[in-house]
Amino acid sequence: MFFIFLIVVALTAIALVVLAMTVARLVGPRSYNPQKAEPYECGIPTRGKSWVQFHAGYYLYAILFLMFDIETVFLFPWAVVAAEAGVYALAGLAFFLTVLILGLAYAWKKGALEWK
Amino acid sequence: MNYYDINSLNQSIHGTLSSLMPEGLAITLEGIAVGLLIIVLYALLAIVLIYMERRVCAAFQCRIGPNRVGGRGGLLQVPADVLKILTKEIISLRHADRFLYNLAPFLVILASIFSFACLPWNQGAEILRMDIGIFFVLAASSIGVLGILLAGWSSNSKYTVIGAVRSGAMIISYELSIGLTVLTMVLLSGTMDIQEIVMEQEHLWNIFRGHIPALLAFCVYLIAGNAEANRGPFDLAEAEQELTAGYHTEYSGMHFGFFYLAEYLNLFITAGIASTLFLGGWMPFHIPGLDGLNAVMDWIPGVVWFVGKTFAVVFLLMWIRWTFPRLRIDQVLTLEWKYLMPLSLVIVLLMTLCVIFGLVL
Repeated sequence: MFFIFLIVVALTAIALVVLAMTVARLVGPRSYNPQKAEPYECGIPTRGKSWVQFHAGYYLYAILFLMFDIETVFLFPWAVVAAEAGVYALAGLAFFLTVLILGLAYAWKKGALEWK
Repeated sequence: MNYYDINSLNQSIHGTLSSLMPEGLAITLEGIAVGLLIIVLYALLAIVLIYMERRVCAAFQCRIGPNRVGGRGGLLQVPADVLKILTKEIISLRHADRFLYNLAPFLVILASIFSFACLPWNQGAEILRMDIGIFFVLAASSIGVLGILLAGWSSNSKYTVIGAVRSGAMIISYELSIGLTVLTMVLLSGTMDIQEIVMEQEHLWNIFRGHIPALLAFCVYLIAGNAEANRGPFDLAEAEQELTAGYHTEYSGMHFGFFYLAEYLNLFITAGIASTLFLGGWMPFHIPGLDGLNAVMDWIPGVVWFVGKTFAVVFLLMWIRWTFPRLRIDQVLTLEWKYLMPLSLVIVLLMTLCVIFGLVL
């Protein structure tokens, strides 16, 4: 039953987009103009390609995010049983967090958190 | 004691339908009903939220706001805008990556409808219920950032690319704080099932049960939630003055409408999750010991409590949005990585200590 509803919700989302787009395409006007299909800029044609290189800082944050996101994924099952496991849970968390905080401190010291 | 548990109603509807027709047809009918319900609620909430945003922002800026269409309050302004956006032309770009360009709204809407379906409106009134409910919400809502990145990248414009990478970096960063603050509430409740988290708050809401760490977590969640919904002081993905409209600059008409819709619904979902985790969801306000008050509170339906709390949080988020000036990208990332992230780690540690040594109320 649960998986049926999961599929129903997914189909609903797709149906919403498809329906609204169909209505919009049917009702909306259509006209073609070479200027209209150009990328939006300040009134002059775009210089070069738009798929340019961007700031490497974004990439560093993405890598750091991966590390900490996996951490939260691992901590969720731990959180459910923490109250029963008592002091053992605390010891486990302390060890786990120490490793991660060392990682964060290293990244901080190396300047990965600075926007240059 | 809950007078408004609709689990039995659900079961009786299912029973009646199953007795009238074959099982498969009954489930199909229920599926269609659920789908229609989601679409209607989704559209209705978007209209209400957009109207509320306009009024609230007007009030904060000492303006009047919409007041012409549909009587004195401007009540029909937003429905009129929805109709207008439906009839606008959908422009197709020449140099865009056509497939990804069309795929992006699907991902954004999919993410927000999946998290929307997990919200507990009342006892028995949730569409998706699972043991890992809150974790599923986190997972589903992070699909949205893929849609934003694809939208920016595929439309082949410099504004959109910059808007998309900014938004991507910001959303994934603040997801960490969201994850950790949600984790503290899971720690406190000992379950990830959203309905059970609400049930756990029968005597006292989590924000009172968890006192200091819960209050801190609530503040961090609100800040990070504002960033997740691409709003407030964190709306630099679509900083109008520098990037026109950010990642959805190249979308027009209803195509753009989806991003707008998802943005407002994400605001509602953020507030809904905040009210579920911290403020008791559909659970009425109870004070242990005051049985008279508790009994009176029980007469107010759960859905009223849920919607009321959620809109209170929505108002708070709008207040933040229209009060603070926009941050710069380096300030945004510094705030998350150097302040909120270590703070949320400390909150997790504090909450662990409180839970293990029985210091919660």
